Amino acid sequence: MATHTPTASRRRWGSTVAGVIVLCVMLFPLYWMLNTALQPEAGLLQVDPVPGTLDLSGFSQAISDQGGHLLTSLAVSLGAVVICLAVAAPAAYGLARFGLRGSRTIVFGTLITQMVPGIVIANALYNSYVDLGLVNSYFGLMLADASLGIPFSIVLMRSFMVSIPGEVIEAAQMDGAGPVRTFVRVVLPMSRNSLITSGLFAFLFSWSDFMFALTLNTTDDVKPITLGIYQYIGAHVGDWGSVMAASVLSAVPAAVLLVLAQKYIAAGITGGSVK
Amino acid sequence: MTTSTVTAQAPVTASPASTAPDPARLRRRRRLAQWGFVAPAVVFMLLFFGYPLVRNVVMSFQHYTPKTFFTGEAPFNGTDNWSNVFQDALFGKALWHTLVFTAGSLLGQFCIGLALAVFFSRRFPLGGALRSLILLPWLVPMVVSGIVWRRILDQDTGVLNSFLDTLGLGGHTPWLTSPHMALLSVVLVNIWIGIPFNMVILYGGLQEIPKELYEAASLDGASAWRTFRSITLPMLKPVITVVLVLGFMSTVKILDLILALTDGGPADSTQTLGTLTYQNSFVQLDFGAGAVVGNVLILISAVFAVFYLRANRTEGK
Repeated sequence: MATHTPTASRRRWGSTVAGVIVLCVMLFPLYWMLNTALQPEAGLLQVDPVPGTLDLSGFSQAISDQGGHLLTSLAVSLGAVVICLAVAAPAAYGLARFGLRGSRTIVFGTLITQMVPGIVIANALYNSYVDLGLVNSYFGLMLADASLGIPFSIVLMRSFMVSIPGEVIEAAQMDGAGPVRTFVRVVLPMSRNSLITSGLFAFLFSWSDFMFALTLNTTDDVKPITLGIYQYIGAHVGDWGSVMAASVLSAVPAAVLLVLAQKYIAAGITGGSVK
Repeated sequence: MTTSTVTAQAPVTASPASTAPDPARLRRRRRLAQWGFVAPAVVFMLLFFGYPLVRNVVMSFQHYTPKTFFTGEAPFNGTDNWSNVFQDALFGKALWHTLVFTAGSLLGQFCIGLALAVFFSRRFPLGGALRSLILLPWLVPMVVSGIVWRRILDQDTGVLNSFLDTLGLGGHTPWLTSPHMALLSVVLVNIWIGIPFNMVILYGGLQEIPKELYEAASLDGASAWRTFRSITLPMLKPVITVVLVLGFMSTVKILDLILALTDGGPADSTQTLGTLTYQNSFVQLDFGAGAVVGNVLILISAVFAVFYLRANRTEGK
C-alpha cells in the first residue's frame, strides 16, 4: 500500500527481531529436548549447548524401546478420531438444524462437560471398565480418548452447520433425499473444514492423553507413548538421551500438523473455545 | 473413511412413498429419525460424563480395599471416607496447593499471553509465522513437556542452573528438589505451557475491536497506556472472561504435568487435589477416598461455573 519511510520500516523490522527473541525463549525447552536427544553419551552429565557430532544412537535406542508404543498411540488416536467424528458429526447436524426439543439443554450439557475433571471420570470409569472387561483393551482406551474430543467437536461443527444455507438442504430434500442421504451427500461435504479441524483436535487430544492411559491400563498390553515415556524416566534415569529422543518422536505429530494444517489449528483454538 | 462410519451409525429411515401413510405417523417417524442423529452423542456423554459424576458420589460412601477387585465387594461405610479425608492434614495442604497453583498459573499465563497478543497485533514482517510457531509448546503432550523441564531444572546438571551460574546468579537452586521451591517451579512451567493458548485467543479478540476506536483515540491524543486501559481492556472483556474460565477449568484439575515433574513431591509439597485423587484411588487403591477428593474438585469447578454463568447473564442485560 503506502510506501513506508525508512524509520517506519526499521521499526517494523525491530518488531520482527523482538518477535524472534520471544519465539526463541518460548521454544528453548523444545530445542533443549532435541539437543539432549542428540547427545546420548552425556547421560546424567551436563549437555553442551549444541551437539558436537550427529549421534543418533539415542534415537535408535528410543525407537527400539518405544517404537511399539508410538504405534499404539497412533492406532488408539486414529480409532478415537473415528469414534469421535462418527458420534459428533451427526449430533452437531441434528442440534444445528432439526430444532428438536431439548437441543438447548444438550448444547449446554456439552459445554458443561468441560468442567468435569478427567481424574474424576477415570476414577469411576476404571471400576466400570473392570466389570465390562475393557481394562487393558485398545477399544476401551479409544472410547475414553474419544470422550476428550466429542464435546469440542460437537460445539465446533454445530456452530459451522448452523451457517449452512437452508435452501441447500431443502433442495436436497426436494430431490427426495432422506435425512441420512442429505447429511452424507450435502452436509458433510460442505462441512469439510470443520470436520478436518475436529478430527485434528480429536487426534491431538488423544495423542497427548496420559491420564486414561495411566489409569485404565494395568498391564503393558496397551501402552501409548505418553505412558511409555513416563515409565521410561523411572527405569532409565541415567539415560536422558534416549528419553529425550523418545520425547522428540512423541512431539513430531504436533509439529507436523502445526506446519501442514496451520489454518485448521488456528480455527479450532478460537472456534472451539469462544463460541 | 469417516463418512462410511457415520452412515453405519445413523438409523435407516427411507420410507416407502408408494402407500401414502397418514401425515401424523410420517411426522413421528421423521422426528424419530432426527433423534437418531443426536442420540448416540447424548448416550455417549451420559456414559462418559454424567455417569462418572453420579458414580463418584456413590463411591465416596463405599469402602474400597485392594481386595475389592477380586471379591467385588465395596460395602457402604457412611461418611467414613469423608471424615478420614478431611482429618488428613494432606487434604488441606493439597487444597491450598491447588489454589496457589491455579491462581499463579492463570495470572502468569494471562498477563504474558495478553502482552504477546498486543505485541503480535502490530503488523511486521514474519509476524504471522512467528505467532503460529509459538503454538508448538501447547501442542506437545503435557507429560512430555513436564519431562523435558525436569531435565532443564535439574539442580546439578540442568541447563537453567548452569545458565544462571554463568551470569553469576547463584546457579544451585534446587528447583524441583526443595519443598520450598517445587510448587513455584511447577507454576512457572505451567505458565510456559499456557502462554500460547492465552495468546491465540486474546489475539483473536483483539482483531475484533473496531479500528475506528483506536483512530478516534489517537485523534484525541490519548497515550498508549490510556488507549489500552480505556479501549482495549473494556472491549476485550468477554474474551478475557472466556480465557480465564477455560484456563481455570483446565488448570484446577491438572495431573499430567505434576506427575511428570515431581510426582507430587518432594514431601508432598506439590500435591494437589488432582494428584491426591490419583494417589488415593490408583496408588493406595482406596477408591472411596479418591472419590471424596474428586467430589471436592468437582464442587470447586461447579461453584466457579455458577459464578461465571451469573456474571455472563448480568452482562447480557
